[in-house]
Amino acid sequence: MENFIQINDVYFQYEENGKDPSDKYVLNGINLNIDKGEFVAIVGHNGSGKSTLAKHLNSIYLPTTGDVLIDGMNTKDDNKLFAIRKKVGLVLQNPDNQIVAGVVEDDVAFGCENLGIHPREIRKRVYEALEAVDMYEYRKSSPDKLSGGQKQRIAIAGIIAMQPECIVLDEPTAMLDPQGREEVMSTIQKLNREQNITVILITHYMEEAVLADRVIVLDLGTVFFDGTPREVFAQVEPLKKRRLDVPQATELVHYLKGCGYPLPDCVLNEEECVQALLKILKR
Amino acid sequence: MSIIKVEKLTLVYGQGTSFEKTALNDVSFEIQSGDFVGVIGHTGSGKSTLVQLLNGLLKPTDGKVFLDGKDIWANPKKIRNVRFKVGMVFQYPEYQLFEETVYKDIAFGPKNMGMTEEETDQKVRSAAEFAGLQSDHLYKSPFDLSGGEKRRAAIAGVIAMDPDVLILDEPTAGLDPLGRDVLLSQIRNYHNMRKNTIVLVSHSMEDVARICDKILVMDHGNKKMFDTTENVFLRAEELESIGLRIPQITKIMHMLKQNGVNINANIFTVEQAFNEIINYLGT
Amino acid sequence: MVRNITLGQFIPGHSVIHRLDARTKILLLIAYIVFIFCAANYISLLMMTAVSLAVVLATKIKFRLYLKSLKVILLVVLLTGILNIFNGSGRILWELGLIKITEGGINNAIFVTVRIAVLVLISSVLTFTTSPSDLTDALEKILKPLSIFHIKVHEIAMMMTIALRFIPVLLEETDKIMNAQKARGADLESGNIFYRIKALIPILIPLFVSAFRRANDLATAMECRCYNGGVNRTRMKVLCFSGLDLFGLIFSMIIFVGVIVSNLCIPAVVR
Repeated sequence: MENFIQINDVYFQYEENGKDPSDKYVLNGINLNIDKGEFVAIVGHNGSGKSTLAKHLNSIYLPTTGDVLIDGMNTKDDNKLFAIRKKVGLVLQNPDNQIVAGVVEDDVAFGCENLGIHPREIRKRVYEALEAVDMYEYRKSSPDKLSGGQKQRIAIAGIIAMQPECIVLDEPTAMLDPQGREEVMSTIQKLNREQNITVILITHYMEEAVLADRVIVLDLGTVFFDGTPREVFAQVEPLKKRRLDVPQATELVHYLKGCGYPLPDCVLNEEECVQALLKILKR
Repeated sequence: MSIIKVEKLTLVYGQGTSFEKTALNDVSFEIQSGDFVGVIGHTGSGKSTLVQLLNGLLKPTDGKVFLDGKDIWANPKKIRNVRFKVGMVFQYPEYQLFEETVYKDIAFGPKNMGMTEEETDQKVRSAAEFAGLQSDHLYKSPFDLSGGEKRRAAIAGVIAMDPDVLILDEPTAGLDPLGRDVLLSQIRNYHNMRKNTIVLVSHSMEDVARICDKILVMDHGNKKMFDTTENVFLRAEELESIGLRIPQITKIMHMLKQNGVNINANIFTVEQAFNEIINYLGT
Repeated sequence: MVRNITLGQFIPGHSVIHRLDARTKILLLIAYIVFIFCAANYISLLMMTAVSLAVVLATKIKFRLYLKSLKVILLVVLLTGILNIFNGSGRILWELGLIKITEGGINNAIFVTVRIAVLVLISSVLTFTTSPSDLTDALEKILKPLSIFHIKVHEIAMMMTIALRFIPVLLEETDKIMNAQKARGADLESGNIFYRIKALIPILIPLFVSAFRRANDLATAMECRCYNGGVNRTRMKVLCFSGLDLFGLIFSMIIFVGVIVSNLCIPAVVR
C-alpha cells in the first residue's frame, strides 16, 4: 500500500538575497513516510527544522530538492494545490493570527466557503466541527472574548470543517497556559481516535509527544530518531546530549536503572513510574 | 527589611460599568529585600494585575503599595521614579524592541533615567553580559536576532536600569526547553550576583519550583498562599484543587507516599527524587 | 481604556431587528440619516425620534449600552448644541453685550443635538444587531454593481472583515507596548508637541512590526484554508430578503412620506 504522506530526500533552504545559496540548509535530507490515521509527534528544539517541515506538508513551502507526496500528489504540482490543502490542514502557533472573521461560526465557515461548498452543507459541517472541538455553545461569540485554548480550538474547527484527512499542528500549545494546553491536546487525541484523522503534532513539550503513536526527533534538519514514544524516550543520554527533554518520570527511572535496580527500560507517565518504583521500594 | 509591602490591595476594572470585574481582592503581603519570589496562578488569577500594581503601571482601587517604606502613590508625579526602581519585564518582551541596534535598545531605559553616556555604556555592557548576549550582538539590529536572543536582549533592556526589584512576567513563555533552561539559570545567576529582589510570574510550576525561594499563590484575585517553596509544595493537594499542576516528579513522590512508602515527598527536581530514593533503598 | 469602546460592537440576539437582512438595515440607515436631517419642524423631528427610539427598543438590547456609545460623543453634541444657542437669528430672548440668545438659536441647538443623538442611536442599532461578517457581506452585495468599473469589491469587503477583526487585537497590543515602554521610563505624558511625537516612536515601531508579523501569519492561515480571492466562493449565511424586510421597508416609507408631508405643510423652524 502506498503511504499517505511520503517525504523523499527533502532539502530546503530559505531564499535569501546576497547570500551564498549553498550556505545553510534548514532541512538536510529528510526521508519519512506517514500512514493514514497515525498520530505522529515531531520534536526538536528551535532551529531543528520542525516548523519548516510542517509547512512543506501543504505546499506553503516547496522543497529546494526532493519531493513531498500527499496521497500520491506532488506538492510542487500547481494544479493539485487546492486538492492538497483540502487533504492536509495546517494549524499555526499563534491562535490570534489565524482567525479571520469576527464571529466564531463565520470563521469556522471560512475554509468551506473558499471551497465553494453549498451553504446548507457548510452550516452542517461548521456545527459538526464546533461540536468536535467542544465549542458549539460559543458559535456566536467574538473570538476576542475567548481564552487562548478556546481560540486554538476554533482554529482547529476551521480546519476540520474542510474535512481534511490530515491535520498538521505547528506548536499549537506554545502560547497557551497549562489549562489551554490540556484542552487542545485532548481535542487532538479525540479527533485522531474518533474521526481517524491523521495528526502530525509539532511540539517541544515532551509530555505531549508521549501521547502520540510515533515520535520523530529532528536535529539540525535531519531525522535523528523515529520510533514509538517508548523507544525514543529510552534514549535518555542521546536526547540529553542534544539538550532535549525527557519526561521527569522517564528520567528518574532511567537513572535508577543505571544504578542497577531492576526497572523497565522506559516509563512514559507517572502511573507507570509509580508502579515500577513500588516493585523495588516495597520489597 | 521589607522592600515591598502591599496592604489590602484591591483593583476593580471598569468600576461602575457593566464590565466591572474585580481583578484583585484585598491582598496583603511583604517581600524582603533579596527575596526571589515566584507568583503562580492560572490565567485570570490576578497575578499579572498584581505585578503591574507593584511598579505603578496600574493604580489600586483600594489599598496601598509601599516601596522602601514609602507609599508609591504619595506623589503621583514621581511615579516614574518608582518604575526605575521596580523594573518590569512583560510577557513576550521581544515585541517591545524598536531601536536600530541592540545596544541602543538596551540603552533606552538608562537614557530615560538621565544617566551619562559613560554610565549608560557600562550598564548596557554589564546587562548584556548578565543576559548572556555576546558583545558582537550589540551592534546588530534586534530584528536580526533569533527568538531566544531577542527575548534576552529585551530583558537586558530592563536589567540595564539596575532596578532594586526586577519583575518578570512569564519570561519563558513560548521558548523551547533549551531556551527556557538557559534563561532561568541566567536569571538565577543574576540574582546570585546582584542580590536584588526578583519577582517571577509563571504558570509553570516546574520553573517556579526550580529557581524561586518563596512562592505566592494567587487564585481568583485572592492570595491563597505565601510561603517558602518547600512549604507551598507540602500543600500539593490544595494546589491541585485550585487547578494548578504540580511538577510531575513531585506528583510521583506524593503517589509513592500514598502507596505506603515512607519517603520524603517534598521534592521538585529529578535529582532530589533520585537521591531520596537511593537513600531510602540504602537504609 | 481603549477596550471599553462599545461603538461598532456586535451584540448577538434574536430580535426583529437582528433578523432583518443586513442590506435592508444598511439602506434604511442611510435613508433614516437623510430624513433626520430633512426633518425641519418639530412634528417631523418628533416623528423621526419616536420611530428611532421604537427601533432601539425593538432590538431588545440594554439601553445602557446605547448610552455608552452616546457618551463617547457627548462632548461633541453638547459643544455644538451650546454653540448653536448663541448663533441664530429671530426673536431675541436674552441679551448681554454681544452675546444674545435668540429663538432661532434655541431651535438650532435643539435640532442639532437631537439629530446627532438619533444618528448615533440608529447607527448603533446597525452595528449592535448585525454581525461584522453580515455587514461586510451586505456591503459587498450593495457595492457589487461597482465591479463593472473594475473596482475589486470582494477584496475591499475582505479587507474590512479583517480590519474589524484585528482592530481590537491591535488596540490591546498598543496598550501592552505602551505599558512596556512606560516601564522602561518612557515619558508619554509631558513635554511639547515635538517631544511627544518623538516619544511615540518606541510605540509605533513595535506596533508596525507586530502588525506585519500578524499579517504574515494570517496570510499563511488563509492560504492553508484554500483562500483564492472571491473566485467560486460561497457563503454559509446567504442574505435573503423576507417578509420582515418588506414590512420594514413599507413601514419606513410611511414614516418618510409623513416627514415629507409635514415638511410641506408646516413652516420650517430651522434651515
